[in-house]
This record gives sequence, C-alpha cells and structure tokens, in this order.
Amino acid sequence: MKLVVAVIKPFKLEDVKEALEGVGIQGMTVSDARGFGRQKGHTEVYRGAEYQVDFVPKTRIEVAIDDDQVDAVVKAIVTGARTDSIGDGKVWVTDAEQVIRIRTGEKGTDAL
Amino acid sequence: MLDTGDTAWVLASSALVLFMTPGLALFYGGMVRAKNVLGTLMHSVFAMGLVSVLWVLVGYTLAFGPDKGGLIGGFDFLGFSGVNADPHPAGLGATIPHSTFATFQMMFAIITPALITGAFAERMKFSGYIAFMSAWLLLVYAPVAHWVWHPDGWLFKLGALDFAGGTVVHINAGIAALAAVLVIGKRKGFGKEAFVPHNLTMTILGAGILWFGWFGFNAGSALGANGLAGSAFLATNLGAAAGACGWALMEARKGGKATTLGVASGAIAGLVAITPPAGFVGPMGAVAIGLIAGAVCSWAVGLKFKLGYDDSLDVVGVHLVGGIVGSLLVGVFADVAYNEFGADGLIAGGGFELLGKQTIGVLATLAFSFIATMIIVKVVDATIGLRVSEEEEISGLDLTQHSEVGYSLSESSGSFTNRPEPAAAVTSSPSHVRVAQGGEA
Repeated sequence: MKLVVAVIKPFKLEDVKEALEGVGIQGMTVSDARGFGRQKGHTEVYRGAEYQVDFVPKTRIEVAIDDDQVDAVVKAIVTGARTDSIGDGKVWVTDAEQVIRIRTGEKGTDAL
Repeated sequence: MLDTGDTAWVLASSALVLFMTPGLALFYGGMVRAKNVLGTLMHSVFAMGLVSVLWVLVGYTLAFGPDKGGLIGGFDFLGFSGVNADPHPAGLGATIPHSTFATFQMMFAIITPALITGAFAERMKFSGYIAFMSAWLLLVYAPVAHWVWHPDGWLFKLGALDFAGGTVVHINAGIAALAAVLVIGKRKGFGKEAFVPHNLTMTILGAGILWFGWFGFNAGSALGANGLAGSAFLATNLGAAAGACGWALMEARKGGKATTLGVASGAIAGLVAITPPAGFVGPMGAVAIGLIAGAVCSWAVGLKFKLGYDDSLDVVGVHLVGGIVGSLLVGVFADVAYNEFGADGLIAGGGFELLGKQTIGVLATLAFSFIATMIIVKVVDATIGLRVSEEEEISGLDLTQHSEVGYSLSESSGSFTNRPEPAAAVTSSPSHVRVAQGGEA
C-alpha cells in the first residue's frame, strides 16, 4: 500500500478531486498548508510598509491507495493540478505499512 | 431658553459619538495580530465603562466647572451635582439642558484616551492601562478641554479656534501616544518581523463606523440643529472623502497599488484634520484640508520606522500629524462667512493673526500633554507596571490579560475546571420535556 501526498495550488483542488474520482479513488484527506519552493513568496503592503511573505497558501492532499493504483493516481493529480506556471506544487509517494478502517477494524487493502 | 430641536440633535449626536468607540475598537482590533484582538478591543470598549464613571464623579467638573484661573474647572459639578435641565451657567449650549451638554462631552472624554491605546497596542498590561487611562483623563484631558472649550479657558479667550477637538482630542491624544511609546518601548521583533494586520475587514468596518459617528462629533459640536451644524456636517463628509482620495493618490504616485488600509486610514486622517475647522470653513476648504491631511499622514506613518519608536497603530502619524495639519489650516481656510463667531484666515484676508493663535494653541497642547503624559506613564511604570512580561507578550494579551481567545476554531477546547455539582439539576425532570410528551399523546 502507498500513501500519496500532493501539495498543490488551492484553486486546482476541484480539478484534482475530479481527476482522482475519475480513476476510482473513493476518499482523500485535504488540509490547508503554507509553503514555498522555487516560486518563493509574495509582497504585501500595509500603510506603506512592505513585507516579504515567504510562505504562500497551498493545499495538501493525502490519498491511501493500493500498489497497482500508483501510476494512475499520480497521473491524475499531475494532470489536474498543472497550470504550467511556477508554483504548481509537488507529488510524492511513500510506503504505507498498515491501514485500518476504524469502524470495522478491517486491515490492509480491505480498509482502503 | 431650551430648544427642543437643538436638544434632540445633541442627544442624537451623543449617541453617534459613543458609537465611534466600538468603531475604533474594530478599526484597531483588525490591525493587530490575532492573539491580541480582544486585548485591543478591550482598550477601547472598557473606556466606555471606566471613563463614563470617572467623568460623572470628577472629570466633568474639572473640565467644565466654574473657571479657576483659566486653567481648570472648580468642584461645583462633582458627581454631576447641579447638572440638570437648565442650561450650563456659563452659556455652553444655551438652548440645551446642562445634563445633555455634560453627556455629549462624556462621549468625547471616552474616545480621546481610547485613541491613545492604538500606540501601545500588543504589549500593555491591563492594570497599567486602567491606571494610565484614569490618570490621563483627569490630569491631561480635563484641563486641556477647559482651556479650549470653557468660555473662561485661556486658549478660548486668546481666540484660538477649535470647533470639535483638534487640539483637545487629536493633538492631545497623539502627543500622549508618542510619550507613552517612548516609555513602554518597542514590541518584541519591531522592525524585524512583519506585524501583519490579522483582519482588515474589521478595520474597514470600523473606519466606516468612525466616519458615521463623526457627524455627531463635528456637527453635534454646533450644540444646536441649525445652519452651523449643517455646514459642519457637510465639511465632515468632504474632509473624510478627500482624505481617502489624498492617501490613495500618494500610494499611486509611489507606483504602488491603492490599498484598503490606505483608503481607510486616509478617511480617518481627513476626519481628524477637519475636526478643528469643521464649523469655520466652507466646502472647498474642507476638500483642500482633507486632501492635504491624507497626503501628509500617508507620509507621516513611515516616520516610526525612520525614527525608531514603535507606535503600533499609527496614532502619531494619523492623530497627532492630522490634528496639527487641521488646527493650523484653520488659520488658512477659516472664513466668517461660514461662522460669524469664527475669524478670517489667510485666504479670506484675515492675515497671519489667526494662524499665530492656532500655532500657540497647538504648541501649548503639545508641550503640556507631552510632559504631563510622560510623568503619568513613568509613575505607572514604576508602580503598577506598564508592560506585560516577554512571555506574556509572546503568548498574546487575549489569553494572558483576559483568559480568553478571540477565535476558537477547534471543537474540542478543554473541559470545565469549576463546573457546579449537577445533582440538583438532574433529579427534577425538566418541565418542557413533559409538555412535549403531553403534546404527542
């Protein structure tokens, strides 16, 4: 089993969600995040005082999937989140040792 | 001889001026970091409680009691004794009840010290705030109000013009703010970290409420429902409008974007500057004064970074500088055509005489308020203490001074520590449950 984590531009969340549903993903966790990459931050001005804001708002998506779904899921996220401009974000995949559904106690792929 | 129309307008204006203080609370509250929002709101809102009581007890009589040497009022109106339905004996508001005049003035006394609190926002100890506000009201505000507004006050007799409080309210509060921040010191991280306003929507709404309430502040200062109130009302709106334009133009000139905080600040700067001349100038004078104030104050708010004092929410840049601009411009734009009890300024052919008197009024207020405030803050600092500990400053005023948080975004926030025993409440079955069952049967 794998845990796929993606950090994307917040306004692309709906596109990514639809793309993931399109490849059969039935659940995901989404949280608000802040961060920067090569894009860096932006400037804000309050009463003439300029501030460099290093961390820009991002959306973080987490999906737990079976091993054979990895390629389709990654492709769905990349397609859904891409705008071709700097700051589109990243996707990474890690091993998930165990998954348990809390309600039933099911384990492993049955819990996905 | 009481006039019902005059009385009705001053009563309504009193309510308008009171409403400025919660407006100020929102204006200031939105500009601080989220951890200090309640502490900042409290600095304005609690003034409504504290100052109202002090004003009735002793503040009013020090400001508007029978004159003692042109400097202060005597104790005749202690506890509002003798403040009743007859007009003020010295002719202040000759057509309205004395109690109405005293109430109208109470609202000014509330907002003036509340203005100062923006300067020491985000680091003031609540007990120090109470001591400072009380002492400042009685030892600084009351005497200056007497000098300027009591017919026997020395600045009133000199002929310095202050329609609604440029010297008494704005210069007085602005220079006091400077004295206070010089003693209390900078916020931790000032000049290095970005202190970003946590909710500018609050600030914009607060500015709107201030603008609305300012009609009572300025037009109400005519102390009657008459032509003077009408022209002061118009000048007030134009001062605010031109102030917003002036600030936005300066932002555009510097190649930046027009900001909402800039426009809100410009409107307040325009309102501050139009306060002393509101009843002495015409509409075009009001537009000019507002534009100048908006532009000058947009520059003045940058001074704190250059000079290195931490005036958190720019009380100096907006109220002190705006108040000086407005008070001096009375000497330029005043015209007896708009107020027969006023005087002609430079443009109306009155020469430099009025400008000279205005300058004396400004300098006297600056000197007295700075020195007296400095003494008050030093004494409070040495006794009760002005500033929270470094740890409390980092945690925020809301939690450390008031045991509350402004924004609780989590459903699980803890459990009761002082919950009453539930036994008695549970054994008697609630009556509304029986009624519901009866209804079903």
